[in-house]
Amino acid sequence: MNTLDQIEAAYLRDDLPDFRPGDNVKVNVRVVEGGRERIQTFEGVVISRDGGGLRETFTVRKVSFGVGVERIFPLHAPIIQSIEITRRGKVRRAKLYYLRDRVGKATRIKEKRD
Amino acid sequence: MKAILGEKLGMTQVFDDDARAIPVTVIKAGPCRVVQIKRPDSDGYGAIQIAYREIPEHRATRPMAGHYRKAGVTPHRHLVEIRVDDPDAYKVGQEISVADVLEAGARADVAGVTKGKGFSGVMKRHNFKGQSASHGAHRVHRAPGSIGACATPARVFKGMKMAGRMGGERQTVLNLEVVQVDPERSLVMLRGAVPGTKGSVVLVREAVKARG
Repeated sequence: MNTLDQIEAAYLRDDLPDFRPGDNVKVNVRVVEGGRERIQTFEGVVISRDGGGLRETFTVRKVSFGVGVERIFPLHAPIIQSIEITRRGKVRRAKLYYLRDRVGKATRIKEKRD
Repeated sequence: MKAILGEKLGMTQVFDDDARAIPVTVIKAGPCRVVQIKRPDSDGYGAIQIAYREIPEHRATRPMAGHYRKAGVTPHRHLVEIRVDDPDAYKVGQEISVADVLEAGARADVAGVTKGKGFSGVMKRHNFKGQSASHGAHRVHRAPGSIGACATPARVFKGMKMAGRMGGERQTVLNLEVVQVDPERSLVMLRGAVPGTKGSVVLVREAVKARG
C-alpha cells in the first residue's frame, strides 16, 4: 500500500452499508445549529457514485414539492451519521441522470429481488 | 531559517475536527544530513549544507564522494545550502528530520520545479483574454493582439509578453498551513497545492513572511 493510501485509510469509514445507484436510501446528516447538533434526514434515490478512495461521493435525488432536489455527499464525511437502505433498485447503468428528464410514473425503478 | 528537502507524494484530502474536508499535499520530508557548515568568520556568512536521498557509494562522482567523505556522511543525491543565523547550533553529520523544522498549525513555504507546459500561448502563459469568439474574428481567437506601435518606436519593447516555454522553472509558494506532521514516517501534510510533479524534490521551510 502506498503512503497516500495509508493516510487515507485512517479516514475511511467502514461502518456504511454497501449501496448502489438505483437504491433508495435515507441519509442521516449531522447538522450543527447554534452550537446544538441534530440529525436531518435526506431520503431519495441514489443516482450516482463518483470518485474513489477518500474522495468518493454519491448523489441522492428526491422530488420535494414538485421540485427535483439533488444533494451530493462525500461518502466518508464525518457529517454522515448513518445511511439506511430502504429499497434496492434494479438498474442497467451506473449514472441515472435520465431520471432528471422524467416525472411521475416514468421515474419508477424496478425493485431488485434476490 | 529552518528548512528540509523532501519529495512530493501527491494530494488527497483529510477531514478536520469540524468535519470539513481540507485539500492537502503530502510530502515525504527528510531525513536530511548536515554535510558542511559555513561560519561568518571563515565564509563571510552563516549557513548549513544539507543532503537528501542516499545513493550508493559507487554512484557518486569522485569530487562529490570526497566532499561527503570529509563530512563522514554517505553520499546523497541532492545538496542545498540554507542560511542560518546560528551555524554553531549544528554539527556536521547531524540528522535533520521533519519535526525539527515544522510543527502542526505553523506556516510553511515550499519551493520546487513546476510542471513543464511546453510552448504555450499568451492566454495560458500570461492570462491574456484572447479575442472575440465572433464579431468577425477570424483565426485570432487566442492571439495576443497588438504588440506595440508603428514607426515610433519602430521596434518591440524588451520583455513584451509573448508565447513561449512555460513551466519547468523554480517556484515558491508562501504561507501554506501545516495540517499534520508525522515524524515516524517523516511525512508532512500542507494545506493546498505545491509546485512540481509527484516524486519531484521540494524544499520545505518555515514561512519567512508569516505574520505573527
